[in-house]
Order: sequence, then structure tokens, then C-alpha cells
Amino acid sequence: MTRFSASVHGWLLLLPALALLALFTHFPAAATLVDSFWSTPRGARGSVFIGLDNYQTMVEDPVFWTSLVNSTWFALGTIPLSIALAILMAVWVNDRIAGRTLVRMAYFTPTILPMIAVANIWLFFYTPQYGLLEQVLGAFGAPSHNWLGSQSTALICVIVVAIWKEAGFFMIFYLAALQQIPPHLAEAAALEGASRWTYFRRVQFPLLMPTTLFVLVNAVIGAFRTIDHVIVMTRGGPDNATSLLLFHLYQVGFSFWDTGYAAAITAVLLAILASLAFSQYFFLERRIHYR
Amino acid sequence: MRRRSVLGGSAALAAGLLTRPALTQGAVEVSFFYPVAVGGPITKIIDGYAADFEKENPGIKVKPIYAGTYQETIVKALTAHKSGTPPVTSVLLSSDMFTLIDEDAIIPFEELAKGADDAAWIKSFYPAFMFNSQTGGKTWGIPFQRSTVVLYWNKDLFKEAGLDPEKPPADWAEQVAFAQKLTKREASGNASQWGIQVPSSGFPYWLFQGFTTQNGVELMNQAGDTTFFDKPEVIEALQYWVDLSRKHHVHPPGIVEWGTTPKDFFERKTAMMWTTTGNLTNVRKNAKFDFGVAMLPAGKRRGSPTGGGNFYIFKKSTPEQRAAALKFIKWITSPEHAAQWGIDTGYVAVRPDAWETPAMKKYVADFPPAAVARDQLPYAVAELSTHENQRVTKALNDGLQAALTGTKSAEQAMKDAQAEATRILRPYKR
Amino acid sequence: MSGEVRLDPYEPRGAGRVLESTAAAVLAILWVLPLLYAVWTAFHPAEFSARFTPDAPLTLENFERAWVAAPFARYFLNSFLLVTLILVSQFTLCTLAAYAFARYDFPGRDLAFMLVLVQLMIMPDVLIVENYRTLSWLGILDSIPAIALPYVASAFGIFLLRQTFKTVPRELDDAARVEGASALQVLFKVYVPLARPVYIAYGLVSVSYHWNNFLWPLIVTNSVESRPLTVGLQVFSSGDQGIDWSVICAATLMTSAPLLLAFLLFQRQFVQSFMRAGIR
Repeated sequence: MTRFSASVHGWLLLLPALALLALFTHFPAAATLVDSFWSTPRGARGSVFIGLDNYQTMVEDPVFWTSLVNSTWFALGTIPLSIALAILMAVWVNDRIAGRTLVRMAYFTPTILPMIAVANIWLFFYTPQYGLLEQVLGAFGAPSHNWLGSQSTALICVIVVAIWKEAGFFMIFYLAALQQIPPHLAEAAALEGASRWTYFRRVQFPLLMPTTLFVLVNAVIGAFRTIDHVIVMTRGGPDNATSLLLFHLYQVGFSFWDTGYAAAITAVLLAILASLAFSQYFFLERRIHYR
Repeated sequence: MRRRSVLGGSAALAAGLLTRPALTQGAVEVSFFYPVAVGGPITKIIDGYAADFEKENPGIKVKPIYAGTYQETIVKALTAHKSGTPPVTSVLLSSDMFTLIDEDAIIPFEELAKGADDAAWIKSFYPAFMFNSQTGGKTWGIPFQRSTVVLYWNKDLFKEAGLDPEKPPADWAEQVAFAQKLTKREASGNASQWGIQVPSSGFPYWLFQGFTTQNGVELMNQAGDTTFFDKPEVIEALQYWVDLSRKHHVHPPGIVEWGTTPKDFFERKTAMMWTTTGNLTNVRKNAKFDFGVAMLPAGKRRGSPTGGGNFYIFKKSTPEQRAAALKFIKWITSPEHAAQWGIDTGYVAVRPDAWETPAMKKYVADFPPAAVARDQLPYAVAELSTHENQRVTKALNDGLQAALTGTKSAEQAMKDAQAEATRILRPYKR
Repeated sequence: MSGEVRLDPYEPRGAGRVLESTAAAVLAILWVLPLLYAVWTAFHPAEFSARFTPDAPLTLENFERAWVAAPFARYFLNSFLLVTLILVSQFTLCTLAAYAFARYDFPGRDLAFMLVLVQLMIMPDVLIVENYRTLSWLGILDSIPAIALPYVASAFGIFLLRQTFKTVPRELDDAARVEGASALQVLFKVYVPLARPVYIAYGLVSVSYHWNNFLWPLIVTNSVESRPLTVGLQVFSSGDQGIDWSVICAATLMTSAPLLLAFLLFQRQFVQSFMRAGIR
């Protein structure tokens, strides 16, 4: 195949996907970014060009900064733990352990159940006095605590739900990847007398790297995109203790209807995600040895 | 017989799959967004009203569209509005009035209802509900599913504590005194039963308005461009709320979740609760003990905010659609239907003459707590609503939660909230 | 091809297996706790939703209340049509695009891939107003394709399949080409079969996501003929009244049952693809 025809083929294969992406993602996203330099139209008052005023508003908005800090803690809390748990789960259910079918099903339930319903169930778990957590802790004589209703613990509660939701989801991709590893590698490693840990570290983990890259990029983005449970459980409270960046964006966009300012927050959020995702991508992609 | 109806149902379903119901020739279609705010077969009730109305008015098709919670409904309605295809009418929060005006999405009813009998119709609702429906001399919303805050108490627990089970607290001092008797602690110090609960998640400002009104102060002006969060009476009201948990230890510390409060009451974890009248049917069904419903206790005076949803008519609609929507709204808020709606759902019937209908009289005779909300209406004030409404209420909510969780003093919290609200409202003060 | 399966030398045995099974089971119980709670609450009267006593009476009333609250039979059909439409389109588009990214070298490839990744980062809900306008302009509001269209080109799917296709040994590709297979034939004869577990994984995830997606379908649809299950579920998230766990749990189980069943079925597919790997 000549270089030219390879290019044509490549672009033809991409065309349908790129066309739809352009229509439903790139074009509206670009329109949003342009909006961030214009004021929000209000009834009779039309939209005027205001340059960086919306960004100025953002810098002066204390809730924006609180949300940014919360989102950072949320990401640091959820990403490493959910990925580590996902790998552990995948390795376990890939082995012939007892009750494998049920265990695998259990890990996957968070992905199947609708988040709105599940968040309500978690709300019950965290309820003071008679909630599940209180019933269990109370049996050990621990003092009662208002888990979601105090600023010191609300964010942790939200992080736990996110880990629960994400780990089983990532597990599925690790499991699929583990199943693609040819068994003769395990046999070869065993012949050389490698321990199980060595086999995991030297054979399985490196072969899982493409999946890890995929999961990591998604986990980072997911950490900034998960808010359904926040809406149900705390609505960002108490006093913004669980207000994540995307939650703040939704409030500005769909409660305050301040489209100009919302566009500015969108732009910043996109810039953060893009720099995180692309840097991971280019850093890791070079170190992965694809077969 | 049962079997036949099942078969009939599936045949109807199959027919529905194959054909979309054709519009009657020349009929005006009125799309109607409706937020589902109370449980139960509420959509059936609304569908039934629409069908009854169509029977009486053959030229009009009313198409109810269930649009989620209040918040989801306004997102749906304004998204459609921005693309030029809003619903003809929608029920949305009464406090969203300024938001809808600022988006230029709705029209005042005076533009449609111009006759003398129309003016009388607008006057036929309780004035307490019209505070949130009128501004600048125009009527933008018509009250429909409206509520106020009331106090529910558990008569069994009152008896256990040696209180008169038929006598709810009448004022702030009694409220604390009763709650002290009703709070029970285990040896470990954990409370097994609280005296009182006032929810503070999500929209604490609404319940807070109960305290401020009772303390004789309003939170905003009717033009919706000024707030009074840092008045001494407001700070005093907040201090009273904070003291319930911090000083008297009769109220759970931290933020009390709105969604779980009724359950706390059913589980006997709290002896009294403040919540909406919209909960009446729910409590009646789920409380396995004798309970009472009372007006909120008085401070300097009695008082509660109103809340709930109004009918609005959207601007981007044809004159025929607007006229048809108006006809539907008049029909559904007529005394008979307003009464029936109140009985079916537990919302407060929105006009005095609805309470004079035979159906309502019978209902109140059977279930006297239903009339408490009506009796409280003379003391009721408008729900907090200003320009940039959601932003201003968020400033207040944040302040309230900060004070209730103890990160700010009541005074500091309200001064900060007022400063923020003043900043937000500056462009609207002319 | 014989059905013989070689044993993995790293399978845990004896005490190791017991230990690993126990640890996995403990974690599984923690993970499934919300589902267990949903089952308990759905089958018991409301007053037992916070009290776990073995003598609590059983009831189906919660399911009855949930079922009559909306035309769920039709909603089930709509949800089924919706996820099928999305899944088929996603598989097709993402496979083609991923193949181009994994195996073709052409100018602008990295830029194009970054453009694809951008979709991962954009919160679809942020684009609601713009996309609503586009669909209104196309004249297909209030239909099942309107719900599906913005999700059909999935960056997630393209990225995942690209990662997978890149791990396919070049020699297999070359061998097929030597035999005279065209590029598309190679794709469908070599790459797609090897990526089978990944397709199943992606399919499960995509189906779960779209089965449960709520806000976008709520906003673009109005009529019973096009609305999916989740929009029927909204009836139970009643704001004024506090949370009615009994009916929420019953409705959740009712609507999630097909997914739970599908997952059980596809478990077997997973295991089968494992065996196939064994005889590779």
C-alpha cells in the first residue's frame, strides 16, 4: 500500500466518527468557548462582548476556588484507590476462586444500578441514628455521627461512593485484558520458577499497561465528571464542603442560567482535563511496549 | 372480567405502538410541563384532569409532559425556550418567577385575561400565594400546587414524656421546653430520640423563613432587588435555630437532611418535625402512631413562608395556544378542581371558596389536620424570591449551613450572606 | 481444535485459594450491599426499610405501586430499542476509527486522535442547549434516534478498541495480507475476533450507561412513544415528600432486572473467551 492510499484509507475509516463528533461535540464546544467572552443575555438586554470579564468573575468567586480544592482532593482520593482495587478484583475473579460468578457479578453491580437510586440508598447508609453505618458502628459502641451533615466528613463520604462506583467499572476492562494474555506466558514463567508476585509484576502488569493507560485517563476525567451522587446526597453542602467543580458549573449554568460565566468555567475545566489527560497520554504512551 | 380488561389493555398498547394518536382536525394543542413533586400515582391524577377538560372542551388537546423534579423541569423548559419550542404552559416553582421574567420566557396574565371577571379570577386566590406570583403590578403566575411549613408531632411520644398529647408548642419558649422533655439519651450520651428536627439540607432558607417571619422580619422587598439578611432580628432568628442543637441539645447537630426527615419522624427518632404540608398524605399513610399537625410556634408573631408551584404561560406560543392554556388553567383552579387537587395530594387548596365546596368540607371533617395549613395562611409570607433568585438564595443557604455546622457565628454568617446578596443584586437596583 | 484446556500454573491452590476466595467474597459482600439493601427494602413494607428483623412480612406491594406509576411496558421496549441502536452504531463506528488509529500511519493522525479524546473530557450535559438546538434543526426531537445520536461516536469506545488493536501481533496481520485479504477483511477476520472480550466488556458498560442515562432523554423527549425507562423512574424521586425507599428500591430492581440477567448471561461469554485463549 502506498503512503498516499494509506492516508486516504485512514481518513475514510475515521470519517463517520469524526463527522458525528464534529456535529455533536466540537461545534457546540467551540460555541461554548466563544460564549465565555460574551455577557449572559438577559431578556431585553442582549449579549455584548466583554473580553475576559467572565474569567475575572471566576477568579473573584470564592465558591469556584473551594470547588477546585474539593475536586483536587476528590481526585486524589478516588483515582489511586479505585484503580488499585480494580486490578485486585480483576486478578481475583480471573482466578478460579470459589463463587467466581457471584463475586464478579457483585463487583459489577455499581455499574448496572442507576446512580440516582443508588445514591438514595447510600444516603440511607449514612443517615444518623438508624442508618446502616450507624447501626453497625453503634453495635461496637462508637459515638453517633452526622456523616453527611458535618463539614469534616461529607467529602470523604462522597469519595467512598465514587470509589465503589468506579472500581467495579474499571475491573471489567482489566478482566478483559487479563483474558487476552496468552496462557503460554504463564507456563514459561512457571518453568523459570518465577513466584506469583514476580509473574504479576513482570508479565501481567506490563501487558496490562495499555489498559492502565486507558483506565487512568478515564479515571482522571471521571474524577472531574462524577456528580450525580453529590446532587442527590448533599447538593454541594454543607456550606460548599462537597461542591465539586462540575457541580458548581451545573449550578451556574442550570440554576443561575449565567451562560457566559458557565462557559468560562467550562473552558477552564476543559483546559485542566486536557492538560492532565494529554500529559498522561504522551508520557505513558511512549513507555508502553505494544506487541 | 379482570382478564378481559388485561386483554383490552394489551390491545390498546399494540394499537399505540403502530399508530401515533392523530390530532383532531383543527384542535389546538397545549403542551404542559409538569414537575412531579409528591409521590404516588400523581401522573394518573393529572392525566385524568386533562382528559376531563378535553371532554368539556372538544377544540383543545392538553398534553401533560412529566418533566422530573422542579429543577429538571425548569432546565427542560428553558432549554426548549432557547431553541424556540417551549411548552405552552408549565408548572414551575413560584420563586422562579424572576428567573423566568429575566429570561424573557413568560407573559403576564393581564395580557390574556383582560375582562372584569378575569380581574376577579386573579383576586380569588389567597393573597399569601399571590405575593410570589405578582411583581411590578403584573401577575406572572397562577397558584396551583402550593404549600407552607407546618409542625408535625408524635402524640405517643408526648404522652410518654408527660406532655399533653393534644397540645403542640404554641411559642418559641414552649418549643424548647417541650423538646427538652422529648429528648432522650442513652448511657453513652448518644441521643436515641430528638425533641425536634428542622431540615437544613438543600434549601434551608425556606425553613429559616419560618423563624424570621416569627421574629417579625422580612428577608426581601417585593421588587426583588433588596435583601435584609443582616438585620438584628434575622441574626436573632438564626441564633435561636443554632441554639436548638448547640445550647439546648434538643436538635441533631450539623445539617439535617430534608429527604430523611419524614423517615426520622416515622422511626420515632424525632418527636416533632418542621416540614411541608405537601407531606401530609405521606405522613398519614406511614406514621404508625397518633400524630398531630399544627401551625408553627409563634415568636413575636406566627409565621411561615409559602412554597410550591405556579402555572406560567410561555411567550413563544400562538394566541390560540395561549387562550386555550388560560382556559385550562382557569378550569383546573376552579373551586371544585382546586378542592379535589388538595384532597388528592395534600397540597393547600389555593382559594378560599374551594374550602366551601361539599367535597372539601367533608374531607376536613374527616381529617381536621388538612385545615391547619389554610388556617396558617393569614400569617404566611412570600417565599424568598429576588432577581438572580438561585444565586441569592445560595448565598443565604451557605451562610445558614455555616452557622448550623459551627464554622461561623450567626452574626458573621448573615453579614457575609448579605454582602454577597448585595453584590449580586447591584445591577438590578436602578 | 480440541476442547482441551491447559491449566494456569498460577492458579491459587489449597490454603492460598481459600484465603483468596475469602478476601474476594468479603469485598464482594461490601460491594453488593446496596443491592442487598434494595432487595430487602423492595420486598418488605415501608416500616421495615431501616429495621432488619428476620420476621418482617414479605410483600409485593412496592412493585405494584412502581409498575402502575408509568407505562413501563412501553418504556421497556423504548429502552431496549435505544440501547440496541446505540450499541450497534457504536460498535461499527468505533471499530473503524480505532482500526485507523491503531494500524494506519497518516498525516494528522495524532491531531485527529486528540480531537477524539476531547469528547471524553467534555461533559455531555454541558452541551445540552446546543445539541437540543441541532436536533431541533434536524427536526427529529422527541424520537429515539434523537436520544442516541450525540452518543454514537464514542471516544471511550474508540480509545478502548485502539488500545486493544495495538496489542494484536503484527505478524497475524501480515500473514492475512499475504493470503490476499483486504484491509477490511483483515479487520473483521483478525482484529475483531481477537478483541472479543473487550467488545463484551465495552458492550456491557455502554448498555448499562445508556440504560441508566437520564437527563438528556428527559430533555429531548416528550411522548410515551420515545421515552426510556429512567424517565419513568423519575416519578419516584419526589422532592417535596422526602425519600420513599421502598418504592425507589422496587422500581430500581424492576428496571435493572434485564441488565442483571444480561450480565449473568454474558458471564458465560467471558469464560468462553477465556477458554478460547487457552487453546490459542
